[in-house]
Amino acid sequence: MAFLVLEHVSKRFGNLIAVEDFHLAVEKGEFISLLGPSGCGKTTVLRMIAGFELPTTGRIILEGEDITRVPPNRRNIGMVFQSYALFPNMTVAQNIAFGMRVRREPEHRIRERVDELLALVHLEDKRNSYPHQLSGGQQQRVALARALAIRPRLLLLDEPLSALDAKIRVTLRSEIRAIQRQLGITVIYVTHDQEEALSISDRIVVMRAGKIEQVGTPFQIYNFPQTSFVASFVGMLNTAEAEVLDPQQGLLQLDGAHLLSADPGLRRRKPGERVRLSIRPERISLAGEQLKDNLLQARVEDITFLGAVVRIQLRLGNTLFYMDTFNNPHLALPTIGSTVQVTCSKEAVMVLE
Amino acid sequence: MLSERRSAASGALRLKPLPSFIGLLDWAGVIPFLLFILLFLILPSLYLFVGSFQDSSGRFTLENIRALFTPTIMSAYWVSIRISLLTALLGGVFGFFLAYALLSEETPTWLRSALLTFCGVASNFAGVPLAQAFIFTFGRMGLVTVLLREAVGLDLYEMGFNLYSFWGLSITYLYFQLPLMVLVITPAIEGLRREWREAAENLGASPLQYWWYIGIPILMPSLLGAMILLFGNAFGAYATAISLTGGLINLITILIGNQIRGDVLHNPNLGYALALGMVVVMAVMMSLYYLLRRHSERWLRQ
Amino acid sequence: MRKATLWNWFWILLGLLYFFLPLLATFHFSLRARKEALSLLAYQQMIEDTRIWQALLYSIQIGLLTIGLGLLLMVPTVYWVHLRARYLRPMIEFFSLLPFVIPAIVLVFGLIRIYSGDPFPLTNTYAGTDFLLIAGYVVLTLPYLYRAIDAGMTAIDVATLTEAAQSLGAGWGTILFRVIVPNLRSAMLGAAFLILAIVLGEFTIASFIVGLRAFGPVIWQVGQNRAYEASALVIFSFLLTWILMALINFVARRAVVTSGPR
Ligand SMILES: Nc1ncnc2c1ncn2[C@@H]1O[C@H](COP(=O)(O)OP(=O)(O)O)[C@@H](O)[C@H]1O
Ligand SMILES: [Mg+2]
Repeated sequence: MAFLVLEHVSKRFGNLIAVEDFHLAVEKGEFISLLGPSGCGKTTVLRMIAGFELPTTGRIILEGEDITRVPPNRRNIGMVFQSYALFPNMTVAQNIAFGMRVRREPEHRIRERVDELLALVHLEDKRNSYPHQLSGGQQQRVALARALAIRPRLLLLDEPLSALDAKIRVTLRSEIRAIQRQLGITVIYVTHDQEEALSISDRIVVMRAGKIEQVGTPFQIYNFPQTSFVASFVGMLNTAEAEVLDPQQGLLQLDGAHLLSADPGLRRRKPGERVRLSIRPERISLAGEQLKDNLLQARVEDITFLGAVVRIQLRLGNTLFYMDTFNNPHLALPTIGSTVQVTCSKEAVMVLE
Repeated sequence: MLSERRSAASGALRLKPLPSFIGLLDWAGVIPFLLFILLFLILPSLYLFVGSFQDSSGRFTLENIRALFTPTIMSAYWVSIRISLLTALLGGVFGFFLAYALLSEETPTWLRSALLTFCGVASNFAGVPLAQAFIFTFGRMGLVTVLLREAVGLDLYEMGFNLYSFWGLSITYLYFQLPLMVLVITPAIEGLRREWREAAENLGASPLQYWWYIGIPILMPSLLGAMILLFGNAFGAYATAISLTGGLINLITILIGNQIRGDVLHNPNLGYALALGMVVVMAVMMSLYYLLRRHSERWLRQ
Repeated sequence: MRKATLWNWFWILLGLLYFFLPLLATFHFSLRARKEALSLLAYQQMIEDTRIWQALLYSIQIGLLTIGLGLLLMVPTVYWVHLRARYLRPMIEFFSLLPFVIPAIVLVFGLIRIYSGDPFPLTNTYAGTDFLLIAGYVVLTLPYLYRAIDAGMTAIDVATLTEAAQSLGAGWGTILFRVIVPNLRSAMLGAAFLILAIVLGEFTIASFIVGLRAFGPVIWQVGQNRAYEASALVIFSFLLTWILMALINFVARRAVVTSGPR
């Protein structure tokens, strides 16, 4: 049996169904992200695992033990709150020691462990500071250390980086990942930031309106989204309506242009049917050196410089779509208003359900 | 100093730079207020203060201060202090529990807002009407007294209870102390964040441990502030006491009241000293409060 | 039921019992003015007692004048301090909160001693005693008034508002009465009703300065010798306080209202 199993868990608040039939098995040492827009029930799932909410139906099983009704203070599951929730009246060291102190562990053991954790999160020099004297990033490290101090069976993180600025977010998230690998701890990580989920997780659970949309590795989620919601929520995506011409050969018509798709789902469609197709911007390129399956004429509407990537907005008939190319100072960009030839492989053209 | 004043006034009224004038002008705006305070707060207090150290012909003496240390007067201070401490403590503790219960998520909103409004009323419903209401309730012929005697066979007065005594007065004072506590502590309780409690629980703390290590320490400054407010509220109470006991109980406010009314001690200067003593007690309590508060807030400073 | 829920309800029920028993008992008593049956006789007596209504009217007038004088004194002062002399704020705050340390009985003692003789013989005339009473009440209620106005001015950032008005060419009168005061309305109204509630029930200062002309001392006197009428009066004055508090809630939804000194 898996390390943690959420068995068809649902949660209602009055008439509102916050989580519905949530079924998930997590292996020991896995790093799982719950990804979805705000209000989709991610926090509620986490709070049920931590014991702050009782599922309306379903069970939660940790290491073979049904913990659905175990009070939160007996679960030994660490949690890091979105707002850090550091105790303002305690120093950094006292915050970290709190869990051990209430367990009445011997003083010398507490001291050793606090030192160890302060080193782990690089805050040795802040030991005697109070939370309000720390920056957001430092507070979040303390919260992490405090949760780890009790050697939890499972670590839950609820959007731990959402209140920090972009740069710290990126460093801290790789630190969290490194600590998780070092300790081999099982983590459930809630976020609404798809980039964060993609970069940090072993597996991602995409949620929408209380339900699971898709579970998979970042690679699967990004490259093979099973629903249009997943496809559009994770990464930048061009979508457009097209008409099926020949399902067997994968031939489509988009605003007068012909387009080939390798999507096996297309075989089930009938000629003349309208489908929604999607193409990731990075899979379109200027038709220069290498010609791929599809060749299209498009007008350059706008060019946005994003640093490593240049995003070009193109118009094909009535359809607007984006193309991402790597920034290369030695290649001239097309000018706005000019017409260019772009190309993409037929594998890049996906049909959404 | 000058630059400080300039920056304080910066951006507001733009004046021509007349450095020596700026300070004076700043004060000009608060002169009416200071004059009023001087006339109706400082001067009367000063008059009592100076009078405390004079005899009837205006010569300096410490006799009045020494006279405060006679048994009747000392016991009046002591009863006043005890009743204020007791009702501040009981009102504080019960008021805290009540406020906490009212703010719980499970309490229906209508009940919460109705009782909070009631607390606003009750904390201002004091003095004469309050004393009378308690006489109708717990007096010898009061509803509760009679009901208990006739229905349960319990005679409160046989059992040693007396509304016109220390304990009776305390129960009556609680009627404004308790709601006052509810009103002043409510914002502080609302400031306790749910995540603190959950984080504590998550780390293995029992509810008691949460309160001991986190809830109480965080609330301590507000609790102290509320308690000092309650203490002062009871310590200065005169109307409730005089109309409940008719002046029979030996409280310091009642001694001073008698002094103003009929000069029973035949020595107005002793009366001033009595009043001065009250202010000194309040000042001591305030200093104590500031010390405790500084200590309980050390995590906010640094 | 959870243990915590039980605990909470215990305190709420105890609170309800304690709060309502005295009111219930008083109301019960007030209906027994006739030996043989329940009646509203006590209320009838109360309504017919002109002294009560004269005293109430007098106290309302005193209360309104207290509010007027208090606002006149405090609004410009606090405004000035916010705008021009922030460094004076601790001093104003200290003096405004000082009355809390000085019990009403001490205050009235000092006031009487100073203003019953030369050079300010205020207690020789009715107008003089009225003024002394009002001044005493302004001092007594200063902490509440100061806090309300100071909080109100902090909330609306008067300095910026003033600059904006000035840049549009407004004069000082316009700024104070057309810009600042309207923005402070709910803070001022809340404080005003609280002051009125305190003044109407006040006994200590009133009884020594104006005696039976004021409402508080009259309730006391009725209580001394006419118990039934007194019980009706207790219910009436409770309702009066209730109305004033409800008005406070009405003008400022979540204003924290603390009580006046006794
Ligand atoms: N205690 C609660 N009472 C009522 N509704 C709640 C409660 N907690 C969450 N909800 C509702 O449940 C839904 C899911 O909330 P949440 O799990 O916090 O979403 P997320 O964390 O994904 O943003 C939201 O619509 C929210 O309003
Ligand atoms: Mg959330």
